[in-house]
Amino acid sequence: MNWGVVIPLLLFLVIIFFIGFYASKYLKSSADFLQEYFLGSRQLGGFILAMTMVATYGSASSFVGGPGVAYTVGLGWVLLSMTQLATGYFVLSVLGKKFAIMARKIRAVTLVDFLKERYQSKWVVILSAASIIIFLFSAMAAQWVGGARLIESFTGLSYTAALFIFAISVLVYVIIGGFRAVAITDTVQGIIMFFGTMIILIGTILAGGGIENIISDLAAENPDLISPYGSDRSLTPLYVSSFWILVGVGVVGLPQVAVRAMSYKSSRGMHRALIIGTVVVGVIMLGMHLTGVFARPVLPGIEVGDTVMPRIAMEVLPAWLAGIVLAAPMAAIMSTVDSLLLLVSSAVVKDVYLNYVNPEASTKKVKQLSISVTAVIGILVFAMAIQPPDLLIWLNLFAFGGLEAAFIWPVIMGLYWKKGNASGAIASILTGVGSYILFHSFMPQAFGMHTVVLPVLLSLLAYVLFSLLTVKRHEDIQKQVFQKLWSA
Amino acid sequence: MKQQDKNLEDPRYKIANKEALIGVALVVVNFILWYGFAYGFGSGTVEEYDYIFGFPAWFFYSCIAVTVLIFLLVILAVKFLFKEVPLDEGDEE
Repeated sequence: MNWGVVIPLLLFLVIIFFIGFYASKYLKSSADFLQEYFLGSRQLGGFILAMTMVATYGSASSFVGGPGVAYTVGLGWVLLSMTQLATGYFVLSVLGKKFAIMARKIRAVTLVDFLKERYQSKWVVILSAASIIIFLFSAMAAQWVGGARLIESFTGLSYTAALFIFAISVLVYVIIGGFRAVAITDTVQGIIMFFGTMIILIGTILAGGGIENIISDLAAENPDLISPYGSDRSLTPLYVSSFWILVGVGVVGLPQVAVRAMSYKSSRGMHRALIIGTVVVGVIMLGMHLTGVFARPVLPGIEVGDTVMPRIAMEVLPAWLAGIVLAAPMAAIMSTVDSLLLLVSSAVVKDVYLNYVNPEASTKKVKQLSISVTAVIGILVFAMAIQPPDLLIWLNLFAFGGLEAAFIWPVIMGLYWKKGNASGAIASILTGVGSYILFHSFMPQAFGMHTVVLPVLLSLLAYVLFSLLTVKRHEDIQKQVFQKLWSA
Repeated sequence: MKQQDKNLEDPRYKIANKEALIGVALVVVNFILWYGFAYGFGSGTVEEYDYIFGFPAWFFYSCIAVTVLIFLLVILAVKFLFKEVPLDEGDEE
């Protein structure tokens, strides 16, 4: 075992546990358990808000999968990855104050709470809670596989043992600390991701003998490595541009990201988060993917993309520094998983159980249930991740696209179009998820664009069409909704 | 402020709607610059590329310069166009 690398990682885990214990104090003293456990009582300041958004969004694919692909494809993949810059400012400005204000008017704790009040429909709630549980569960499994592989790759532990360590670490602090623990650990993890990115990029540039040197090495191997079209010229401008939908603007529809847009304390905090979030996401995405490309001349011939990051870190940095840098992908994975874990729990407890199974449950019961549901989901994911499916990045993107197609319009149109109603939302969710699965299976990358594009367009069409067709039927409910959500 | 007029829209939404449009405008600007530089400078043959700080010019402009420019635009937008409003009912900060 490489102790130089392992010790900084252990330190990292210890810090994370302390944060969990710190946050658990708030959980014990909070008057409203649900608001605290699932939303941190809407107390996030600007810096923590920015970091938890970036860290939740930045995942195994930004730190492990993405740089691995960049290694093979070249600068074209960095170009594609920079479409993610938009997530830094778009989500917060578009959901923005309106989402935060509306969520407060109805005391919403989850995205589904908002949809429930906005559309007043049982089916909207059931469909959206189901999509969250199914899609985010699989996303979580993919992330756990990534986390365990990472631990495995630099500690030499067996995959199952690594998975076990990873699972226990995340479960403990999420269960004892809830959303506040998740947000604060996300902040620590985000800081590690930010500085880890800079260190590894600089280390790789130095090891490669400077940028000019690296670029000419790449061009000598294959000129297309430094073109925007990718090493085999398969990246068309249309395909690359379609990622603006998948990882740029579509991120608005991801529940784990959207829920953070109602967790902040004040509009000043939101303003700061816009700036900090954009800078942090820009630096991380550019730095990590560029490192993946630059690793090629430094460490040629790596076959498995996912090992590029750990191997380049151990190659170009002294062991202790590599340990700190390798805490970054670990942090990225943990900070995504912890949010997903909490979100899936909230979908089960708040959106399903408290809405339809037992609305009268006592505070004590809700508390016990929330904690045990989180634990059970964690254990289930662990069991699924033992037999790991390959190609982490694509698994992750599947859940991603499905959720975006389901939620983007019910959320955005729900906020900004008063005529949008329950029929529109149901049609939109069904069309979005259904067509995504169909396109994914039978016509992947239709017309040369990423699979997500057409389902997103179709679900918009369905939303508008069905809302307009059923104006009469929803007239009374819409009036009540307007009173509740829009009136001063 | 709650009971006055049930049909009057919350005045904070006007500000919120404007800021959402600013977000959309930023994405449009971001996309056009990113696309224009990448394929404007990068679609020729690699042998004819210009280089800036060691990077191919298309990459330097579309991925590095545009990113920095967007940082600046976001800062300017937040400082000059975004307004602070209280988020809770009647709770001034």
